Amino acid sequence: MDGSVSSVPRSLPSDAGRPAEAVLQISDLHMAFGDLEVLKGIDLSVAEQELVFIIGPSGSGKSTLLRCCNRLEEPNKGTIIVDGEEITAPKANLNKLRQRIGMVFQSFNLYPHLTAQANVTLALRKVAGKSRIEAREIALAALDRVGLSDKSDSYPNELSGGQQQRVAIARSLALQPRVMLFDEPTSALDPELVGDVLNVMQDMKEGGMTMLVVSHEMRFAMNAADQVVFMDRGVIVEQGTPDRIFKHPEHQRTRDFLGKVAH
Amino acid sequence: MTPWERFVDAFFNREVIVQYLPAIGKGVVVTIELAVLVVISGIALGFLLVVLRAYRVAPVNAVIVVFVDVFRALPPLVLILLLYFGLPNIDVTLSGFAVVWLTLTLVLGAFAEEIFWAGVLSVEKGQWQAARSTGLGFGQTLFYVILPQAVRMTVPPLTNRTIAITKNTALGTVVGVGEILNQATTAQSFSGNASPLTVAAIAFLLIFVPVVYAGRWIETRFAWRKG
Ligand SMILES: Nc1ncnc2c1ncn2[C@@H]1O[C@H](COP(=O)(O)OP(=O)(O)OP(=O)(O)O)[C@@H](O)[C@H]1O
Ligand SMILES: [Mg+2]
Repeated sequence: MDGSVSSVPRSLPSDAGRPAEAVLQISDLHMAFGDLEVLKGIDLSVAEQELVFIIGPSGSGKSTLLRCCNRLEEPNKGTIIVDGEEITAPKANLNKLRQRIGMVFQSFNLYPHLTAQANVTLALRKVAGKSRIEAREIALAALDRVGLSDKSDSYPNELSGGQQQRVAIARSLALQPRVMLFDEPTSALDPELVGDVLNVMQDMKEGGMTMLVVSHEMRFAMNAADQVVFMDRGVIVEQGTPDRIFKHPEHQRTRDFLGKVAH
Repeated sequence: MTPWERFVDAFFNREVIVQYLPAIGKGVVVTIELAVLVVISGIALGFLLVVLRAYRVAPVNAVIVVFVDVFRALPPLVLILLLYFGLPNIDVTLSGFAVVWLTLTLVLGAFAEEIFWAGVLSVEKGQWQAARSTGLGFGQTLFYVILPQAVRMTVPPLTNRTIAITKNTALGTVVGVGEILNQATTAQSFSGNASPLTVAAIAFLLIFVPVVYAGRWIETRFAWRKG
């Protein structure tokens, strides 16, 4: 679909060993709901195949940041470049660019009137322009990848929360996005179902997917994240490897937050 | 005559019934035609209006809201008389059938729009976000994701409202539409006997009881399946 990737080459912030291609590049992002400033100048880049993990207290603007990345929310200022194209440009072809950005929500948001398979094929048919047969094949492959090939004819209300979330992941994956955004993908799940979803995410990471994840699953971050970002009140307080952020946080706000979450 | 015989003669007079049954039969056809047309055009109008409203263009929405409020508030009989006797003054002559059809279409359209809109609003915001995030456009999201859910949720209230409004086809009698009640009242005044009205009541039951059951069936069919 998007054969040659013409990413804008850019030098990334310090951290050694990081690949130089940013799939997602957020610069000086500001966003307000009326008078309420929610994002106050966010700079963040996610390199090819990297998993960046965002933590932060409730209301710090994590969801808003993710929603700005595909312009479900309209930023007031700043730029976001996805796969070399500026999605914040006034003339950006949103429906085209959004196919390159998968999004997974806390509440799954599967279409309840459609089967698992139809949930996946809808955008393949209507946006990517695949034939019915092609779309079906891609959907079955995507469902297989999340371990649900036997559930393709089930409706969302016939699936557990964990299964629904995996269908939602398949729905995004099927469009072959360049980057996937996860907004607390396991927060609405019963504890025993969290693992299934995290396994799928781990598997995607190993398969080379570029991911930006908001979550409270610190253990997963320890294992899978390349970078951890701590956000508070609309700014990035600090950022670094999981080891550094979790074990040696520099800022008091980070320490306070991690202290609270640990309990 | 005993009181019983008098009762039977007044309401179930066999000769009168046999004589006027064909006329009432014609009325049944007219009633059914009118009802079917009203259901189709009324619901189509409501659907069209809700699609327009979903685009949230302020002036358009203002017009829709006013339209809906007016036609929900006005008694249909008032509108029927107004159109039937008023329009000829501006050189527009519509048949009684057309006037009743138009009136009930507007009324059902107004109610249907309001019911569909409540459905659209009750679909979670996350559905819009999920659909848009996969690149579906506004219209595609509306038609493939939102409306199918909204319409399904609104089946019970819509069925009830549709039945209630369709029964108003009987108002056609005041503007000379040859539907069931009109045929029956004509027969009643010629024969001086109420039996045609009894037949009319039975005819209405025969038409609308199945409709009520069909409505209940549709409701259970679509009763659903929440994610
Ligand atoms: N649609 C909206 N209208 C007005 N204010 C909003 C809206 N959405 C979010 N906010 C506000 O913006 C701020 C940031 O919200 P956001 O959902 O991005 O936080 P979050 O970090 O994701 O929090 P949580 O961990 O609770 O999900 C909050 O104060 C919230 O109340
Ligand atoms: Mg959030």
